[in-house]
Amino acid sequence: MNAPARQRIALTVNGERREAWVFPHETLLDVLHDDLGYQEVRYGCGEGVCGTCTVLLDGEPVSGCLLLAVQADGRALTTVRGLAPDGELHPLQASFLRNGAAQCGFCTPGMLLTAWALLEREPRPSRERIRRELVGNLCRCTGYSKILDAVEEHAAVAQAGGARARAGHD
Amino acid sequence: MVAAPFGYQRVSSFEEAAAALRERGEDAKVLAGGQSLVPMLNLRVARPEWLIDINPVGAGPITDHGDHLRLPALTRHRAVEEAELVRRRCPILAEAAAHVGNVRTRTRGTIGGSLAHADPAAELPLVAVALGGEVTAQGPDGARDLPVDDLLVGFLTTTLAPDEVLTEVRVPTLPPGGGWSFLEASRRSSDWMVVGVAALVELDERGTVAAASAALGGVAERPWKVPAEALAELVGAAPEAAPLARVAERAAAMLDPDDDVHATGGYRRRLAAVLLRRALAEAVARAGGNRSPAP
Repeated sequence: MNAPARQRIALTVNGERREAWVFPHETLLDVLHDDLGYQEVRYGCGEGVCGTCTVLLDGEPVSGCLLLAVQADGRALTTVRGLAPDGELHPLQASFLRNGAAQCGFCTPGMLLTAWALLEREPRPSRERIRRELVGNLCRCTGYSKILDAVEEHAAVAQAGGARARAGHD
Repeated sequence: MVAAPFGYQRVSSFEEAAAALRERGEDAKVLAGGQSLVPMLNLRVARPEWLIDINPVGAGPITDHGDHLRLPALTRHRAVEEAELVRRRCPILAEAAAHVGNVRTRTRGTIGGSLAHADPAAELPLVAVALGGEVTAQGPDGARDLPVDDLLVGFLTTTLAPDEVLTEVRVPTLPPGGGWSFLEASRRSSDWMVVGVAALVELDERGTVAAASAALGGVAERPWKVPAEALAELVGAAPEAAPLARVAERAAAMLDPDDDVHATGGYRRRLAAVLLRRALAEAVARAGGNRSPAP
């Protein structure tokens, strides 16, 4: 086989159009982290197990280490920076801070994105449902309970806020 | 670890995929959801020269054909898990899909990919064997239908020719009076099963067991269908008097699972007996609920 050539791909990352020249065997994680400067997308296991390279592909969580960069051509991606586009923390991030849900922070982008995507589908999931959704995001620091607290509290506050807004009190 | 270089070809139809596979020979692999193949590439357990990416083919809708559902091979696990049609008409398949990996695995992984990968500890091959499902394989010279039972051979091994690709999966719908259960034991939630079981039971109008079938995963080179004679004692029994424990013990005694890093063979055999008994009991209970129409 002749050596495969690089191909040009165009991605929308956090609403911004980005281009890269990539080999077919390069993963989306490689290209986001090494070539395009999204250091919040992190290599953990390379097998789709740990969740530190989680990105949203058209709004759904995927492992960046298991998607070839060429497969993401033309698609919209969200990294954790996309949750706070103006540099102001997303309320879910603020809830992580309040609840002590991050220590070393390595798993936090994946936790936030997975939880955010869940809440987009189900605004008020049970604690068990949150636990099940986050089962593929490993954390070695927090023991998980504070992460569950943070997601639960944010969901409750967001729902109450939404109800207040609907009732015209806000 | 980083994958070794390979060539990459996108195809927009299964016919094109089969032609590409014939052209590229044995060194080409089909890329569907990539949730098993790409880890193998990253670890360099697999080093194909070419990947044929069938994702652009896409998946049409899951459709109901009375006694069976048809699922396009590229249907993602999450779609199977969440489809109202599957949950209502073939609930054991939705339940099995919900057990696959983590949410990212289910977002990308496909039913055709899981069957073609043929991992003996995977959920969908197990449930497809228990159901007596069928697949269609497309080759360069045409398509053929075959039972999943004839597709799966052993560890990561199928009867697909190197230039064939799965296009569709068909599974029977739950009949009136039908009950089901899917249970698995794993070391960590989202992990491969140590042992899993899929059981199906039908009750007749009098409420006695008319048919029972089951398959076990994680206990052999491929999903193991419990022989009909091992379950024969259940047929004709009243649900409350069915000798579930005896049947399950007898079936498990037919197994000789290997030891590995996850569990010893003896522990697997014990799990098989316990999970099969529980699954048969749950299937019988659900069949009872399904027999009497809701008021």
